[in-house]
Amino acid sequence: MRSAPVLPLTRDASSRFLPWLIAFMVWLAAMALAAVLVLSSFSNQWRNDLTGTLTVQIATAPDGQLATTERRLNRALDILRKSPGVKTAKPVPLKKISELLAPWLGRDVVTETLGLPIPRLIDVKVHPEANIDVAALWERLNKEVDGTQVDDHGAWLDKLIALAGAVEAIALAVLALISIAAIATVVFATRTSLTIHRDVIELLHVIGAKDAYVADQFHWHALNLGLKGGLAGVFLATATLLGLGSMWTGVESSLLPPVSLNIWQWACVFAVALAAAGISTVTARVTVLRALGRMP
Amino acid sequence: MVLGGGDVIRFQNVGVRYGLGPEILHDVSLRLEEGSFHFLTGASGAGKSSLLRLMYLANQPSRGLISLFGHDIATTPRRDLPSLRRQVGVVFQDFRLIDHLTAMENVALPLRVAGASEEQVREHVPELLNWVGLSDQIDARPSTLSGGQKQRVAIARAIIARPKLLLADEPTGNVDDHIAIRLMHLFEELNKIGTTVVVATHNKALVTGFAHPRLHLANGELSVLKAGAPFAENEDEADAEGLR
Ligand SMILES: Nc1ncnc2c1ncn2[C@@H]1O[C@H](COP(=O)(O)OP(=O)(O)OP(=O)(O)O)[C@@H](O)[C@H]1O
Ligand SMILES: [Mg+2]
Repeated sequence: MRSAPVLPLTRDASSRFLPWLIAFMVWLAAMALAAVLVLSSFSNQWRNDLTGTLTVQIATAPDGQLATTERRLNRALDILRKSPGVKTAKPVPLKKISELLAPWLGRDVVTETLGLPIPRLIDVKVHPEANIDVAALWERLNKEVDGTQVDDHGAWLDKLIALAGAVEAIALAVLALISIAAIATVVFATRTSLTIHRDVIELLHVIGAKDAYVADQFHWHALNLGLKGGLAGVFLATATLLGLGSMWTGVESSLLPPVSLNIWQWACVFAVALAAAGISTVTARVTVLRALGRMP
Repeated sequence: MVLGGGDVIRFQNVGVRYGLGPEILHDVSLRLEEGSFHFLTGASGAGKSSLLRLMYLANQPSRGLISLFGHDIATTPRRDLPSLRRQVGVVFQDFRLIDHLTAMENVALPLRVAGASEEQVREHVPELLNWVGLSDQIDARPSTLSGGQKQRVAIARAIIARPKLLLADEPTGNVDDHIAIRLMHLFEELNKIGTTVVVATHNKALVTGFAHPRLHLANGELSVLKAGAPFAENEDEADAEGLR
């Protein structure tokens, strides 16, 4: 028969409510963490896709002739390819432009033969380190080919990334606040337990128990509660994230980039449970050792 | 720092006060030699329990010097105190048994705290409980025991780890005279094999029945009286004054 524990911590009220509180906090923390992970992969994706690229738009020739437009296009390509810092400059094929415009103009309307005045686009890849002066390039192009526009996607990309960054920062702040709240909760629960069991702890102290003997009991108890709460919280968070994920893919639109957490990101979410158990254990131990340290 | 070789405990000009209250003990100086046996007397509230608390390192004096087994308590690192405490057995005036543990587990506590094996616990604890006449109550919880039975569990717990110093605070307060005498004989047995003993008691018959010197507390002062020294005529009155 295993003997009864000297400190009956499992009977404290905190043993019942603490796992639920921890589960709730772990759920919140896991959601905040998932938000951070998704947003930072969005930002990275946008940055990779769009930095180092420029889009140059060549207006239709005033005479409306395709061939003239084609000449203007080639002239611009020539200038671009000779500009320092430019890696490649490729015209976007008419077919692709037609596809891009199809939703507005209809597939049949946009054909070369119709000869609609469609502006031409050039995809330009630049060396990211080259720090190209977009305004100067713009000016140079316009001198030769008037009505040319250069878009470095900078403005809206910067805004989008700033927005994502702000949301990410808020999510990180939420994560930090939840950690502080978790620590405070465990400190108060542990102090309550210390008060409930003060007589026994004093007795153990007087008969020569080392602080670690008492602290160990709180330690294992807190680890147990933290793991229980942590696993429950992560389970809820996983269910929530999978639910959100399926709703996300259900939205039929190219407006939303596809989201899914990779295996490492899932591991981070699961690690919240371990972090909760760790916070609970260390906090309880430190709280107990500090209280015992005040005894003579 | 190691002081006074043969002394188990040594007090020099020790004073005690609780918080901002009056001083309960003034300038107490005493030495208990290894293997000695003392009674500790004094009226209720004279400070017997307070003096014992200093001896088992539950309280610190507000002034003066205490050394236990040659270690100056004030300069001994805190991490070394548990091993000193383990060499002191205490019978508390209010027993302090743990309610949710059986008599067996309560008595086993000092062994567990000291890291003894389960085998040692199983071997020694029932034997000692048998010795104090509680072999039928091994698995009983304190709430189901009588006052005298609790007291015997408390005594068993105090001596299970063979302490070098045994401090008993009113250990016979709740038992019949014949059990009190039996317990005194137990303390004397332990004393014979080298345990230093201090027994705080109100029981004059007990003090006169056993020939041991007596530490007497009155008005916060400690005096040491030889074995068999008669009680002062006004001892109780003086104590009563101290109470007022
Ligand atoms: N923790 C405490 N806080 C404040 N005062 C205390 C405390 N413990 C004891 N006292 C006071 O110290 C004085 C001595 O108390 P103590 O318990 O040492 O007396 P005692 O001789 O053991 O009495 P008794 O024979 O009734 O057990 C009393 O006046 C008591 O009120
Ligand atoms: Mg007392």
